[in-house]
Amino acid sequence: MKLTNLLTSAAVALGLAAGAAMADTTKVGFVYVGPVGDGGWTYEHDQGRKAVEAEFGDKVETVYVENVAEGPDAERVMTQMALEGADLIFTTSFGYMDPTINVAKKFPNVKFEHATGYKRAENVSTYSARFYEGRAVQGTIAGHMTESNIIGYIGSYPIPEVIRGINSAYLHAKKVNPDVQFKIVWAFTWFDPAKEADAAKVLIEQGADVILQHTDSTAPQAAAQAAGNVITFGQASDMSEYAPKPRVSSIIDDWAPYYIARTRAVMDGTWESADTWDGIGAGMVGIGEISDAVPADVKAAALAIKDAQADGSYHAFTGPINKQDGSAWLAEGEVADDGTLAGMNFYVEGIEGDIPQ
Amino acid sequence: MDLSAINPVLLIASLMVAATPLLLAAIGELVVEKAGVLNLGVEGMMIVGAIAGFATAVESGSPLLGFVAAAIAGAALSILFAILTQFAQANQVASGLSLTLFGLGLSALMGQSYVGIKPPQMGDIHIPVLSDLPVVGPILFGHDIILYFGIALTAAVWWVLKYSRLGLVLRAVGENHDAAHALGYKVLKIRLLAIMFGGACAGLGGAYISLIRVPQWTEGMTAGIGWIALALVVFASWKPWRALLGAYLFGGVTVVQLNLQAAGVAIPVEYLAMSPYLITIIVLVILSADKSNAPASLGRNFHASR
Repeated sequence: MKLTNLLTSAAVALGLAAGAAMADTTKVGFVYVGPVGDGGWTYEHDQGRKAVEAEFGDKVETVYVENVAEGPDAERVMTQMALEGADLIFTTSFGYMDPTINVAKKFPNVKFEHATGYKRAENVSTYSARFYEGRAVQGTIAGHMTESNIIGYIGSYPIPEVIRGINSAYLHAKKVNPDVQFKIVWAFTWFDPAKEADAAKVLIEQGADVILQHTDSTAPQAAAQAAGNVITFGQASDMSEYAPKPRVSSIIDDWAPYYIARTRAVMDGTWESADTWDGIGAGMVGIGEISDAVPADVKAAALAIKDAQADGSYHAFTGPINKQDGSAWLAEGEVADDGTLAGMNFYVEGIEGDIPQ
Repeated sequence: MDLSAINPVLLIASLMVAATPLLLAAIGELVVEKAGVLNLGVEGMMIVGAIAGFATAVESGSPLLGFVAAAIAGAALSILFAILTQFAQANQVASGLSLTLFGLGLSALMGQSYVGIKPPQMGDIHIPVLSDLPVVGPILFGHDIILYFGIALTAAVWWVLKYSRLGLVLRAVGENHDAAHALGYKVLKIRLLAIMFGGACAGLGGAYISLIRVPQWTEGMTAGIGWIALALVVFASWKPWRALLGAYLFGGVTVVQLNLQAAGVAIPVEYLAMSPYLITIIVLVILSADKSNAPASLGRNFHASR
């Protein structure tokens, strides 16, 4: 981070003199919530950044700042990037939503892309992946594999993206195992290995033998491995170093094609504000290889769910589904609309506990 | 709500594990501050210890060797601080802060090739009969050796500071370095040794996170524990046993909080998260009546000519 800062400040100093010469390079900025070496969420975004560099070579210049706290700090970092001549800025965490909108107002000529949010503007696009499709696959495996019927879930922040994942995993675990129970803890952080490890240990101590995580580090995987007979799923990145057990499968975010396409759009001048939400079918959500620790029939069931979602024949939220309080949400055969999913703030029927406010 | 899901024995056992890095770092810093030096670089020394210990354990296959390397790395980094503040007379607050920033950057650089690697396991000790006892077995006799080392270190520091000549000299230097100098004690040398001790302890604490508590290497994995250790020293009003108590309190809050959540108790997380700091503030207010606690020369630089 320090080096990048240094280099970017140097670039500003040079930029005044060499502005004309540099006009044909497109500058793309990335704001990361964790370190690029987290092995999860931020790591995958950085892979996307590297893919952009590989694709366009000299025509593009990328800068990134890692470990940017969600809040005012983010606004400062984005403003700095825009001032330094970035043409396109990817802000890669939910909590950057309002800062992105604020900064975008001040720089109408800079294009912004905000991951996982729902606020757009003339020069602000949003993009996200349908992680819940992957959660459906995980839920299926989890429901089959659990022996204690207790599945632990480490949530980060109670935002729609995370709640969607919990609901999707629960529905599909329940479908194959009616006795399944979810224990959910909120870590209130995206990245804090010690806390994530503690959360995993607590869940295991309370009887969970499957751990699902929606935080970014591999610490829960390590905790599960130390505990022994527990299975986990890689989050955001494959985390295959923990395969074949505890990690039995994973959700892999593949941002590279999207980042390349959007950078090209800026170069061509065809960039327009849009809302992209792609899933398994479009390749934005990948399912990591299901390891041999999973019996063949369970693996087949999981892959069937994956394929059905990929070709669009099945939607993870297909009725009948009730909300937690028992009121009807989706009727038989009805499929959830994207608007409700994007703002999802309720548990489905059967999940215990309240969503923290 | 199902409190019966919480196993108090396992809760206390994991609480002790969560508290150990904090305890190690705090005991080290306590000695440093008793010598009249304020080193705000605990976080930086911890994270460098975390990666140095991790890398050594991975390369050598021995977690114990990893801890030794972590202590050496923490002490080495603290020497940098000692040179800046004791010999170059730099401001201690600024030097400490920059040590933290430097440590975070350096550890990220050192750790490049260690992301995603699993360290060799450090086994828990197992004493026949004792470890198998119900309740006390898992709490008292089922941990790794470093956890016991932390408690033993607390006892040793307490004894040395209170009863030994070395402790008296150290405290004299911290209370009034001019008087200690006039008595013929080598203020800078004593402070240098205290700083190195603090660095070694912080390094151990960091390695405990990367080798036992988590166990893996990720950038920035200490995530603020060094800062809590600093607050803890003040909370403990520079008394080793209170530091132990405070570490269990601070470390315990996270574990208890997660346990309550998993059991379905809806206490807003914010209350539990702020409770240790709230307690610190209350303790500070109470202690403010008693000025004798903080070493009088804390944070002041010493030069023999003045």
